[in-house]
Formats: sequence, structure tokens, C-alpha cells
Amino acid sequence: MAERSFAKEVQKLKMGAGETFTGEGILAITKALLENGVGYVGGYQGSPISHLMDVLADSQEILSELGVHFEASASEATATAMLAASVHYPIRGAVTYKSVVGTNVASDALSNLASGGVTGGALIIIGEDYGEGSSIMQERTYAFAMKSQVWMLDPRPNLPSIVQAVSDGFEMSEISNTPVMLQMGIRSCHVHGHFEAQDNQRPDMTVSDALENPKRDLERIVLPPATYIHEAEKLSKRLPAAQKFIIDKEINERFGSPKGKVGIIVQGGTYNTVIRALNRLGLANLYGDTDVDMLVLNCVYPLVPDQILEFCEGKDAILVVEEGHPNYIEQQIGHMLFQSGKSVKLEGKGTLPMGGEYTGQVMVDGLGEFFSTYAPKMLPVAKVTTNEEPIQIPDLTNSLPARPPGFCTGCPERPIFAATKLVEEELGEHHIASDIGCHLFSIMPPFDIGATTMGYGLGPASASAFHNADKEGRRSISFVGDGGFWHNGLTSSVGNAVFNKNDNVIVIVDNYYSAATGGQDILSSRATNKTKQTQNSIVTACKGMGVKWIRQIDHTYDVTKMRDTLKEALTTQVEGPKVIVASSECMLNKQRRVKPQLAKAAKDGKRVVRPRFGVDEDICTGDHACMRLSGCPSLSVKDTGDPLRDDPVAAIDQTCVGCGNCGEVADAAVLCPSFYQAEIVSNPSDFEKRRASRTGKIIGWLQNRRDAKRVAFA
Amino acid sequence: MNIATKPIIARRSPGPDGEKIITLAALAVGGQGGGVLTNWIVAVAEANGYRAQSTSVAGVAQRTGATIYYIEMCRDTGRMPVFSLSPSIGDVDILVASELMEGGRAIMRGFVTPGRTTLITSTHRIAAVSEKTAPGDGRMDETDVYEAMGVAADQLVAFDMETVAKQAGSVISSSLLGALAGSGALPFDRASFEDIIRASGRGVDASLRAFGEAYDIARGDKPAPEAPTAEERPLPVLNVPEGLKASWSALEKRLTAMPQDIHEMTGLGVKKVVDYQDVDYGHQYLDMVEKAVALDAAPYEMSIAAAKYCARALCYDDLIRVADIKTRASRFERVKDEVVVKDDQLLRLTEYFHPRYEEFTTTLPRALGRFMQNRKSIEAFYTKYLDKGRRIRTDSLSGYLALWTVSSLRPLRRKLLRHDSEMTHANTWFSKTLEIAQTDKALATEMLTNYRLIKGYSDTHTRGMSKFARVMGAVDLLKGRADAADWMRRLRTAALDDVEGDKLDGALQTVKSFAE
Repeated sequence: MAERSFAKEVQKLKMGAGETFTGEGILAITKALLENGVGYVGGYQGSPISHLMDVLADSQEILSELGVHFEASASEATATAMLAASVHYPIRGAVTYKSVVGTNVASDALSNLASGGVTGGALIIIGEDYGEGSSIMQERTYAFAMKSQVWMLDPRPNLPSIVQAVSDGFEMSEISNTPVMLQMGIRSCHVHGHFEAQDNQRPDMTVSDALENPKRDLERIVLPPATYIHEAEKLSKRLPAAQKFIIDKEINERFGSPKGKVGIIVQGGTYNTVIRALNRLGLANLYGDTDVDMLVLNCVYPLVPDQILEFCEGKDAILVVEEGHPNYIEQQIGHMLFQSGKSVKLEGKGTLPMGGEYTGQVMVDGLGEFFSTYAPKMLPVAKVTTNEEPIQIPDLTNSLPARPPGFCTGCPERPIFAATKLVEEELGEHHIASDIGCHLFSIMPPFDIGATTMGYGLGPASASAFHNADKEGRRSISFVGDGGFWHNGLTSSVGNAVFNKNDNVIVIVDNYYSAATGGQDILSSRATNKTKQTQNSIVTACKGMGVKWIRQIDHTYDVTKMRDTLKEALTTQVEGPKVIVASSECMLNKQRRVKPQLAKAAKDGKRVVRPRFGVDEDICTGDHACMRLSGCPSLSVKDTGDPLRDDPVAAIDQTCVGCGNCGEVADAAVLCPSFYQAEIVSNPSDFEKRRASRTGKIIGWLQNRRDAKRVAFA
Repeated sequence: MNIATKPIIARRSPGPDGEKIITLAALAVGGQGGGVLTNWIVAVAEANGYRAQSTSVAGVAQRTGATIYYIEMCRDTGRMPVFSLSPSIGDVDILVASELMEGGRAIMRGFVTPGRTTLITSTHRIAAVSEKTAPGDGRMDETDVYEAMGVAADQLVAFDMETVAKQAGSVISSSLLGALAGSGALPFDRASFEDIIRASGRGVDASLRAFGEAYDIARGDKPAPEAPTAEERPLPVLNVPEGLKASWSALEKRLTAMPQDIHEMTGLGVKKVVDYQDVDYGHQYLDMVEKAVALDAAPYEMSIAAAKYCARALCYDDLIRVADIKTRASRFERVKDEVVVKDDQLLRLTEYFHPRYEEFTTTLPRALGRFMQNRKSIEAFYTKYLDKGRRIRTDSLSGYLALWTVSSLRPLRRKLLRHDSEMTHANTWFSKTLEIAQTDKALATEMLTNYRLIKGYSDTHTRGMSKFARVMGAVDLLKGRADAADWMRRLRTAALDDVEGDKLDGALQTVKSFAE
């Protein structure tokens, strides 16, 4: 663990009835789990749900008091399989992961879980990373809900609704013996708000109780003939039970006037954007009061045909607001309307864009078009006509630099890719396979390295087809992070390469924990963790898998060594995969931990050395070759103010953490001698001070002597 | 293409009591503390009896990319408004940008609307990777962004908030909050902002200073900090020891006799070359400049270029030069200043060197150097055992003395192999230029300016020399043409623009095609 403390958040989890909880959406869910008597929680970290995992990891005390088991699962498949504890036992369980990537990984377990069904409430909290700012491919989790027949909640994005959805989800799961997905958009996860807290509930049955009283029921196991019965049961028992629950508990909400001739059906998650658009069109006030008839689907799957048909009754047209592609909800509604012979006009995709995020402007345009077509009289005149002249704003498309994300200041992965660039300069370009994680930023400038990314832990697997018929020929280089390695890279990538006698090079980027998601511990973390077994060696694991050629680099900043090792891996005659484990701690998380410690030590009078780098601007010639191998945020350009010079020179600002990459790159690439490393010693020892003063005097004497004999201008 | 902004008809309607939702978006560069700013604004709103909601699309650890934070707030009337979760084109009341180009990006994305949006932006620059990696000056022009701000923003508060924060010992989130409070775009008084800063508990005094300063500047009560422009930077101090005063004034006399127009550049140049070598070197430099002047007339553009680039050519970057700079007293002072070493702290200084065989042999006397360069066995030995990075501690006596010894070779420089090759190169360039200057001064000026292409050390230097040679090779193709100077400038720009040299290849091809 990066040893960050979530003590403040943990206190919020202890709140009881009558108190007001303040915080972000994902934390509200965490609290709601405890209020609803959850028995165990698991999951795999990843934006936007990492915070849930982080806070629970720091809440061991309160969790054990309540008898709740928490674990950080090895993968989303592990997390989903963990829900098996709710199959035979009436224990509520919840797991969480980022979707759609996590759901892909989980889908085998999800199918099995959904087939047998559950006794205790099983909740899967999905961080749906869709839309602008997303770091993954754009697909909908909805398809998984449909194919596996699990239910999906998509509550309105405010804290009370989200918290209510947790309670509804557990209940719905138990009543219909079906796992329930609770879908949260990335912004809902980070939304800051309030809700009235309740007391936390101990689970009626803990996982320990279950172990002491084991149960099995052949009917719930996925094996013929039970599997055929499961399918029938899904359709004849579980689905009707879920639909009845949706109606009885009024999960879906109706707003506006039921008499309206037009209506809108929206997913709960997009409710706020729809209301804002209606407000901007003069059709709703800022509290959401409106005459427009709206059916808000807080449960997006399954739909209840009777409810939909009743809503459409007597209407001229309805609009389905459904973000993402394909338009599953619209298709189902169209089918219902056709089957029951309704003639209401159905609008959805077409009026609104087929794909992409439904932003405010998209919604205003779409709803505007819908009302102009089907209910023009509803739109206030002021909204459709204007005398205002359009104002021409200059187009800045070509005036702004792109600002893609990149490695942080001092990142230990930067020197790995600088070394790769240097190897390529020498040996030519290679096919490079990338993986998920911070190291994927190597695809961006200035490195521009990497051809594909096929999934977490699958970097080396995605290069497995590349068997060079010529043993002396080029090899592929693939990257995988320590997180991806333990997630499934050990078997899918490394084991696969060993088994198939793959000759390619695999670089395992180890930054001491799952750094990109906030520093969660994994098997090879270097820190001691009270509740986890850490410090398991990646090298030993690879050797156990049968890797013969393996090198451990314990200081990635040594660019020369990194480059030479890579070169050796690309040229050695040893058969089988060549594995390099490149390890140095994530600098962002390290600084968060170390900086306050060092500041305190310096304040307490202890000897502290703070390194940082600098550039001698008189020696720098302004070629910027160093930056083409770096991209460090603290290394930038500045004007010299010297009329004799044309180009800005390199400069390192105060944010430098002294990682050493600049100097190492300048050395390995034989760039220039402009870089220097300065170490600032606070509270130096007396011996040190005396020595420095003595040396200073001699140096000073030499300098004065020379200055007395030359004309100096510096 | 210009973006036609449709007249805003989709305006938000107020609540029954006249209460309005205020929308605020903050565009930050990852790692700038946008989260802190967001929390402060929400807290101020809530302390003033408003309901507020914030969201962000910040990855947990993904840095340096552009990040958006979004806040909505509304006077509390007992009901919860339906707040939106993301900023919408044409619907942002206040846009806070923590860097100039991010302010520009906000405009490009439609978040700054005439007649509506107060734009609060810091005007300092954080260069993007693409701006840093160009071999020349890749930084984007800011003019368009300022112009667009003037058109798009209803109210504009733009000054260097980074400098304000730094001067107060704080970070930019404090000065951004100050500028926001001072802009008057939010209906909350100054004290309520300051209370929130106090309650945050960390670095309160510095934050309050930065806040107060930015507040006053935004209100127009104080001037914004002036960025030190290049011209205003203090020049290095000239130090002429007693024993050299006479010979130095002889140089100054020669300088004074030259045309007024070239005094500034030649003055700097002569100081630089004398500092680099000795007073005689200064005379050698002035000889060159005078030759250019003899062929030139007012406004002496060619002579100014000669003054600039002859100084560059004479002050080539060799080991002696580097060692000299690294061992100077003024350099130690500058480093201390740059990395901020306090009086009770010590500084340890490590230099990164990697001299190859090439640098080693060229620092030897001519004959010996040539002999060594032709001995493959010695080169192989050097490459195997000595060609590696060296870390030299210049705060230690042994390290300092090592560099000091190298720098002490300065008086012998004229006898070394490197000097020989540099002078041959410079003389060829300069005499060719003077020859062209007889007929085409504009082309000669561009030829002088081509020396800009030579920079760097080792491979970078070799690449620079090769680019220079290729660009200069076009002189014979171009001379006599009316547009020769223009083409020469284009060739140089192409060479500067790209690392691989593809653009230069293309440009040379074009020149060849019309020259034939």
C-alpha cells in the first residue's frame, strides 16, 4: 500500500441514524452496504470505484466489529466467484469493479452465478466508465445483464437515490434469487452530496456462521440436468418476481403530468441531464417540477411491459433517452408496442445520437427537436425565436497544444521507455505490445511506443502470434504491469509464452503496488500489510512458471543498465521468453508518503538530504534532445534573455523530485553535460560542515586566482 | 474556420423565488490541485446558505492531462435542486482555468459564452510535451488565445496567478480562489472565502496571502505581477581585472568606432568571446565583424547577424568550456539560488559527464589528436574501458580539481585539434558568406543565421553539423535568384522543425527541382 490514510472517510462509515453523511457517491454506497447488513465485500480496484475498496481496506476495525468480511480480490472473476457465498446461504454480499472491462473478466463467473441463482442478496456495483474522460473502450454493460439474466439498477444520480438503490438491490436480489448490478456513471461516483445516515446493521448470518453450518443444494449447482431447470426458472419464476418487485416497490418513478400527449422514458442515470435540458427549454423548473410526462427507469433491466404500455397509453409520441449503443431499451420497448398493436410514435436514437455521451448540449438539441416535432405548442416562443446576432468566436483548433496524459514527475517508468527508445535507435524499430496501466502512456509523445493494448495482463499474450522463423531475427517486446501480471498475466501471458516456446521479450513493470488506481497492495507489494501476505517475488513466480532467462532490475532509473539488459534480451541465444522485471516505486505515491516524513524529520533537526536536478543554461544549447526522451512535467523550456541565443533552453522547476532520469538519459544517450544533481542537506553534521567550509575556502581561492587573470562575463 | 455560436436561447430558468443555479467549471492540468479548489468553492457556497454539488472526471492517478471539475450551486430554499453533473456548451456561468492554453481550450469547447461567462484564467504557461520536444522553439503563439478571450468572455479576469501564488509561498489553487472571489462572479463576501481557507488547516497563512493578493488584483485595486520579459533579465556582470584593463579598453575603442546600429550585439559578442578565451580572441572576432560591416550599410542587418553568429562560431562547446563554466564562482551562486539552498543547509553537487573517444582526442594537441584518431586499437580500448558516464562531485575537492584541471587547458586551446577543425569550418562558412554578400546581402544574412543549426554535443552536434552542411549546400543552387534569401530561410526552418530531417529532405527536393 502506498500508505495513504483514509481515516477521515472511515469515520464517516461509523455514522448512525440522525446524522447527515457528506461525501462522494462511491463512499455513500460503501456506507449503504453496512447499513444494509452486508456480510462480505470484495472487488477489484479501478477508477471510478477504487475509493470504495480503499476505504474498506482501512476499515478493518469497524468491519470486524460488525462481522463483515472484506477482501481485495485478485481479479473481477475472483470477486464475482466470491458471490458464490450467497448461493446456498442467506448472506448479503457485494462486489465492485470497473465496467465494461471488469465485467468482461468476470463474465464466466457471472454466468455461473446467474444460472444457479442466489439465496442471499448479491449486489455487483459497477463503475460504468462511459463517456468523456473514460480510459477504456466504449461498450455497455447492459448486454451482460441481458444475456446472463441478472438485473440492473441505474439510480438517479443523487446520494439519497443511490443509497436507496443499494437497499432495493439487495431486496430485489433476494426476492428474485438473482444477482443485481448497480450501475454508477463515472460522474455519479465522484458526485459530492449529502444523505441521512442510518445505523449500521450486523449481518444476520456471517461467513463464519456459514462455514460452521455448511449447506449444499444440488438444484443450485451448474451441472446438467440442473442447468436446464435454471433456465426455465429464470424465465418462469425469477423474472416475474423481479418485475413484481419493481411495480410493488415503485422502483421506477413517474414525474410530470400523466395527461401529456408526449412522454419521455429515461434511464435513472441520465435524469439530471434531461431535467436540465427541459429547464433550459422552459419546460421544467430547477427542482425538476415539470408538465412533461416522464418515466424514470431506476431499474433498466428487466423492463416491465405493463408499466411501459400504460405509460404510452394515449400518447402521440414517446422519446427513449438511452445513452450508449446498441439501443437495447428502445428495441425492447419497440417490440412491446408492436406486439400489443400500439400506434404511438417511438423516438430514440436518431433524434438523439447513436453513440457517445449525452452531454447537456446533445440533450438540449435532441429534446428540442422532439418537442418541436411532436408538441411544438409546449415550447415557449422565446426559446425558438430570437433577435440576437450570433457572435463569431475565433477558432482556436490550431492554436492550442494537445495535452494528453503522461507520466508523473519522477515516474520510474519513464526511464524504462527512454531505454526502449535508445535500444530502438540502435537495433531498429520493433513490434511492441502494450498493456493496461500507467505504462500505457508510453503510447503518447514523446515516446510514441506501442502498437496494441488487448486487455489487462494480456500485453505479452497479444504478442504471442509473433514467432520469428529466423532465430536471429527481430523479437517483439511486450509490456505488462505488476498489477496486470498478478491479475492474470502470470498464466495468460508468461505461462503461455513458456509453454509455447515463445522467444519474445517481456518487460514486467513493477512499481510496488497497483499504482494507477491509487496504490492498492498486490501480491508483490514491498510494504508489510497486516491483513495481507505481500512481498511475493515476481521473479520467483516467473521461474516457477518455467522462465529460464530472467533479469531483475531494482533501480529503473539506471537507463544504461536498462538499455543494455533490453539489448541482451533481444539478442541472446537462450530459447524461450526473455523476462525483465523492472522495479522502482511509483513516485507519485512515494512522494505522498515520504514528503511529509522528510519535512518532519528536517523540522526535528535530523539530517535530511533532498535531491533535485538542474540545468546549466550556459551549457544547454537548446536542442531539447533530453525532452524527446523524457516528457517529465518538471523539465521544460525557458528563455535565456541572451540576445546572442535564439532557442529556449532546458530548465527544471521546483517540482523536481530528483529521480535522476535526466542525468541518466543524458549519460546513456550521450546527450550533453548540462545536467547536474543538487543534493540539499538540511541539518548537516558538524564534520560535514567543517569539511564543506574547508573545501569551499580552497575552491574560492582557486576561483579568485583565476578571476584575477581573465576578463569574465558570467 | 470560425465557430458560429448560435444565439443562446436554451437559458436556464430561475426558481419560483427568483433563485438561480450558478454553474462553475474549472479546467486544470493534472496535479495542479483542482480538487482542493473545488472543495473550497463547495464549502464557501454551503457556508453562505447555498446548496452545492461538485463532480470531477479525474482519474485516480493519471496526471498531466487536462482535467475538468464542475460545480453547481443554488440558494437554499428548502428543496433540493436537480443539479447537472457536467458542464454544458453555452451554459457555464463561471469558467476557471489554471493555465492560459486551458483557458483557450475552454473557449474552443464552447464553455465560454458571450453575454454569460466570467472567465477567470491564469496567464502563465505550462508547455505541453509537443511544445518542448521541438529542436528549436516549439512553443505556441498566445495571441489568438488572448483575442478569443476578449470576444468570448462576458467578464475577463486574466493574470499570472501562478506567480502570485509562488510569491506568497502558496500554490495556484489559493490565487485562483482569490481571483474568483475578487471577480465578484459569486455572491459571497471575501470573509466567507477566507474562513474556509482558515478551516482547511494546512499552509493557511501562505494561502491567505495568495488569496488576498489575487483578490485585490482581480478587483483592479492592485496591478498584476509583470512577467520578467527576456530583455529585462539582468545581464551577467563584466569583471575586468586591473592587469587587463588596458588591453580591454583597446577592444572597446575598436567597438566604439563601429556603426551605432551594431553596438549592442557586437558588445555582447565581444564580451562573450573574451570570456570564452582571451582578449586576442576578441580582436579576432572584431576582425570578422568588421569584414561584414565593410560590405554592409544601414540598418546593418547583415552585420548584426555576423556579430551574433560569429560569436557563436568562435565560442564552440568543448570540454574546456564546459569545465570552465562548471567551476566558476558565479555558477555555484546560481545553482544555490535555483535549487534554493538556505544558509544553514549544505549543497552537494554532482555533474553528469560522458566524454566519448571523439571528445577525448579533440582535446589533445593537433598532431597527437590526429594520430590517436587513426589508431583503432586505442579507440577500441577507450570504448571498452573508459567510454562511460562519469559522475563528478564538484563540491568535493577531488572532483572540483579534476574539472579545474581540464578548464586550465584554456590558454592552450588554440593548439588543440578541436580548435583547428572548428576554425576551418567557421572560416569556410564565413568566407563563403562574404563572397555572397558582394551581390546578395539578404542571402548572406540568412547564411550567417544558419549557424543556429549547430548545437548540442556528441551525436546531437554531429546531426546539427550535417543539417547545417545540407542547408548550406543549397547556396550554389540559390544564388542569383531574387527569392534566394527567402528559400534559405525556409530551408533552415524546415531543418529546425524536425528531428529526423524528413522536412528538410522535402524542402531541398523542391529547391533542386526549380534550380534545374
